[in-house]
Amino acid sequence: MSSTSTTMADLDRQQPAPAIISSRRNFYWSIRRELWEHRSIYLAPSIVAALTLIGFMIGSGYQVARIRSAQSLGPVELQVAIDRPYGLAALFLMGIGFLVSIFYCVEALHGERRDRSILFWKSLPVSDFTVVLSKMMIPLVVVPLITVALTIVTQLLMLLINIAILQINGVSPSILWTDLSLVEMWFMMVYHMLVLHGLWFAPAYSWMLLASAWARRAPFLWAVLPPIAVGVIEKIAFNTTYFPHWMQSRFGEAPGSNAYPGSEHAMHEWVNLNIGQSLLNPGLWSGLVVAALFLFAAARIRRSRGPI
Amino acid sequence: MALIEGRGLRKTFKTTVALDGVDLRVEQGRILGIVGPNGAGKTTVLNAILGLTPCEGQLTVLGLDPWSSRDQLMRDVCFIADVAILPRWLRVSQSIDFVAGVHPRFDRAKAESFLARTDIKPTSRVRDLSKGMVTQLQLALVMAIDARLLVLDEPTLGLDILFRQQFYDSLLNDYFDRSRTIIVTTHQVEEIQHVLTDLMFINRGRIVLESSMEEFESRYTEVQVLSEQLTPARALKPIFERQTLGRSILLFDGVDREQLAALGDIRTPSIADLFVAVMTNQSRTQGVTP
Repeated sequence: MSSTSTTMADLDRQQPAPAIISSRRNFYWSIRRELWEHRSIYLAPSIVAALTLIGFMIGSGYQVARIRSAQSLGPVELQVAIDRPYGLAALFLMGIGFLVSIFYCVEALHGERRDRSILFWKSLPVSDFTVVLSKMMIPLVVVPLITVALTIVTQLLMLLINIAILQINGVSPSILWTDLSLVEMWFMMVYHMLVLHGLWFAPAYSWMLLASAWARRAPFLWAVLPPIAVGVIEKIAFNTTYFPHWMQSRFGEAPGSNAYPGSEHAMHEWVNLNIGQSLLNPGLWSGLVVAALFLFAAARIRRSRGPI
Repeated sequence: MALIEGRGLRKTFKTTVALDGVDLRVEQGRILGIVGPNGAGKTTVLNAILGLTPCEGQLTVLGLDPWSSRDQLMRDVCFIADVAILPRWLRVSQSIDFVAGVHPRFDRAKAESFLARTDIKPTSRVRDLSKGMVTQLQLALVMAIDARLLVLDEPTLGLDILFRQQFYDSLLNDYFDRSRTIIVTTHQVEEIQHVLTDLMFINRGRIVLESSMEEFESRYTEVQVLSEQLTPARALKPIFERQTLGRSILLFDGVDREQLAALGDIRTPSIADLFVAVMTNQSRTQGVTP
C-alpha cells in the first residue's frame, strides 16, 4: 500500500501539470537567441547610420551653399536641397536592412548545422516550427522595425546638426519646418518596411530559409541558382522570358505604388500609396501562402537534419 | 510500462545498415551503458531515442513517439553529446537565460550554484572556455533540469582524467536517483563499469550482449591458468583465451567459480575484457560463415 502511494507521489513530482511553457514564450526566447547570435542585424545598420551622420557633417557646408543658391531658384529646388540628405539616409538604412535580411536568411538554418549547435537547440523543448517561424520574424518584423527606429534616430540627429549649422551660417532654420516633412517620411517608412520589405518579400525570405535548411554547403547558391535555372531552361526550351519577367515584376515593383525604393523621390510619394489597395493585392496574399509552404518545408527539413 | 521500448528497430543509410533489428527495453532507474566499436550503431540508437533520426520499427520513449514529438519529449529528456555542440558565440549567462526561458523544468539557482563552484565566468563566451569547462557548463545546464531520462553520447571524449572523474562523480552524487534513468555510450569503458546497472554491446547494428551488471558479475569469470592446467581448463570451453606476460587468461561464461578456482587465480573480468572477447569471437565467426 505504502509503496503504491510513493509511486504515485513520484509520478506527481515527475509530471507536474503546469510544467509546460507557452509557445509564445518559446517564440520570444527564440527571437532573442537570434539577436544574440546575429549581432549584424543591429550592428550593421548602426554602423551605416553612424557613417551617414559623419557624411552629413562633412557635407553640411556644401548643403548650406546649395540651400542658398536654391532659395533664389524656387520652392521645389529648395525642398530638394533640404530634404535630400534625409531621404538618402533612409535609403541607405533600408538598403543595409535588405542586405542584412538576405545574409541572415541564407545563414540561419545552415550555421547551426555547420557548428553542430543544432544538437544543443534540439535538446531543448522547442519545436522545429517555432524555430523556423522565429527565424522568419527577423526579416519580416525585426529588421524593418530596427530600420525604422534607426532612421528616426539618425534623422533627428541630422536635424539637430542641421539647425546648428544653419544657425552658424546665418540661415534661419525655420526653412526646415516648412520644407522638411520627417513625420510623413516616418509613417511612409513604417508602411514601406513592414508591408513591402516584410510581407511582400516574405516568399523570397522563406525561400532562402528553405535553401538554408536544405543545402549541405553553399546555401546562397542553392537560393539563387534554381530561379536562374528556370529562366535559362525557359529561354532555351521555348525562347521566351516569362519567368524572369514575372520575377522582376513580382520582386522589382511594389504593389499599390509606383515608387520603388531606388528613386530618391520615393519618400515624397507616400501620398500616392494606397495602403488598402496594396493590402488587398492578390499577389501579396498568394505570396504569403507560398511563404507559409516554404516555411513548413523548412521546418520539416530541419527535423531530419543534423550536423554537417 | 518501461521508460523506453523499442521493437525491430532498423535504420539504413545509403550503403550501410546502422540498425539491424534492435529490440530495446529500458526500465526506470537504470543506468545503461551501450558499448560498441565505431560505426556499430550506438549513436544511431541514441538519435532514434532522442527523436533526431527516424527509424523503422516501433519505438516509444516515455510513452511518446520521439520522431514526431521531439519537442514534447525534451521536457523530460536531457542530452549531452561529445562536447562540441554548444555554439561558440553563446555566453554562459545567455545559455542559462535561454534554457530558463524555454525549459519548464529548469532550476536556474541550481545551475548557477553549480557554476559558482567552477572557474567559469558568466560573461565568458563558449569559444573562450576550455574543453573541460564546456563540459562543466553542459553538466550545469543538464543537472539543473529535473529530467526523467538523461542520454550521454561520449560525454567525456577528449577530456583529461581529472575532468572525466569529476564528470561521473557529479553525475552520480548530485544528480542520479532511482527515479531517473541514464543511458551512456563511451569508449572509456573502465570508467563507467562501477556506475552501470545494465550493459549492452552493439556490433554491426545488432545487440550482441545484454545483461544487468549483477548478472554480468555472476556469469563471467576470468582465470589465470597455470600452463599445466591448460588442458583441463580448455575442456570447460572458455569463450576466449588470451596471453599476458607468458600466462594464459581464459574467460568463462556460466561456469561454476569453485570449479574454476582450482585451475588458477579467478577474478571478474572488466567490461573491456569481455568486450574484446565478444567482438573477436564475432569477427571470427563472421570470417568463417561466408
